[in-house]
Amino acid sequence: MSEHELLQSDVMITRREDAESWLRNTIEKASQQGINWSRKYSLFGYPFVTACCGMEYMSVSGPRYDIAQYGAEFPRFSPRQADLLWIVGTISQKQAPILRRVWQQMCDPKWVIAFGVCASTGGFYDNYCTVQGADMVIPVDVYIPGCPPRPEQVLDGLRMLMDKIQGERGRVMV
Amino acid sequence: MAHRTLDRLHRQFGDAIVAAHSQHGNETAQVAGSELLAVARLVRDDPGLLYNMAMDATAVDFLNKRPASERFEVIWHLYSRVHKTRLRLKVVVPESCPECDSLTPLWAGFNWHEREAWDLYGVRFIGHPKLQRILMYEEFKGHPLRKDYPVDGRQPLIPMRRVRDVPTQRQPPPELLNRP
Repeated sequence: MSEHELLQSDVMITRREDAESWLRNTIEKASQQGINWSRKYSLFGYPFVTACCGMEYMSVSGPRYDIAQYGAEFPRFSPRQADLLWIVGTISQKQAPILRRVWQQMCDPKWVIAFGVCASTGGFYDNYCTVQGADMVIPVDVYIPGCPPRPEQVLDGLRMLMDKIQGERGRVMV
Repeated sequence: MAHRTLDRLHRQFGDAIVAAHSQHGNETAQVAGSELLAVARLVRDDPGLLYNMAMDATAVDFLNKRPASERFEVIWHLYSRVHKTRLRLKVVVPESCPECDSLTPLWAGFNWHEREAWDLYGVRFIGHPKLQRILMYEEFKGHPLRKDYPVDGRQPLIPMRRVRDVPTQRQPPPELLNRP
């Protein structure tokens, strides 16, 4: 039976490439989801605290609001050991190069949360020295509004980031 | 007690004390720029005055409120830890030549305050040991708290990203939008 006859017949063909790619896709999808699952429950934050929102950050990290229940309680004060950058407070034009450098020092995969309205949009500081939102310097994943935000809002923002991480594709490094 | 410092200054300097007033025991003297250092040295060293603590120094921009020859006012706040009294010295500075004497050689505590006034108002302090910007960055052009500086005149150090507005997830219902 020639190859042409085989293709014309009703026999179901399982090509080796098809089988392999199906297997690879399945494994990658499963491993991607597993890796995302483990990543979202072990975020290591770098608190870039510049202003009064820092008090609210401390409150969130404390035992009452207990950010540890989401596995994100451990702040690393070296950007090289962190994968979540908390931008907590107003970013001035003088701070912008520092913020960008800290972000560049973080290893992939990394995420950014703008904590409070100043970090998100500049807030009411529409003046000569304030960056109008940290996303004008680096890309931001989740924006938490509020001046300052309630701890519940912060935890909600963290949950949104965790959902985003769970749905991510293509960040598996093999 | 109430006007002790001002009386002394009036007696010693006469016309160099351009204006003066006292409120709640806090005395204020506007001094001619040429006599500022002499007045400052007297109020610091005279045993009856002894203003030995630098509290604050700042400037005011009176754009469109006063003639250009009196545009800026530099203000030093002093406190006497011995007599528990306060004194405010003022000097008027013109727009064309915004300069006045520095009091940092007499009170080291004015160092950063005068640098701040230079940074934000552009008043040069003659005799200041290190008159550099303190709040803004060296690359900044102009003096942002001057009233003719645009309030949102931002001068980024690094190029800003172009941020696309994220469309809102939920639109309000059309009957709400069409309501008069």
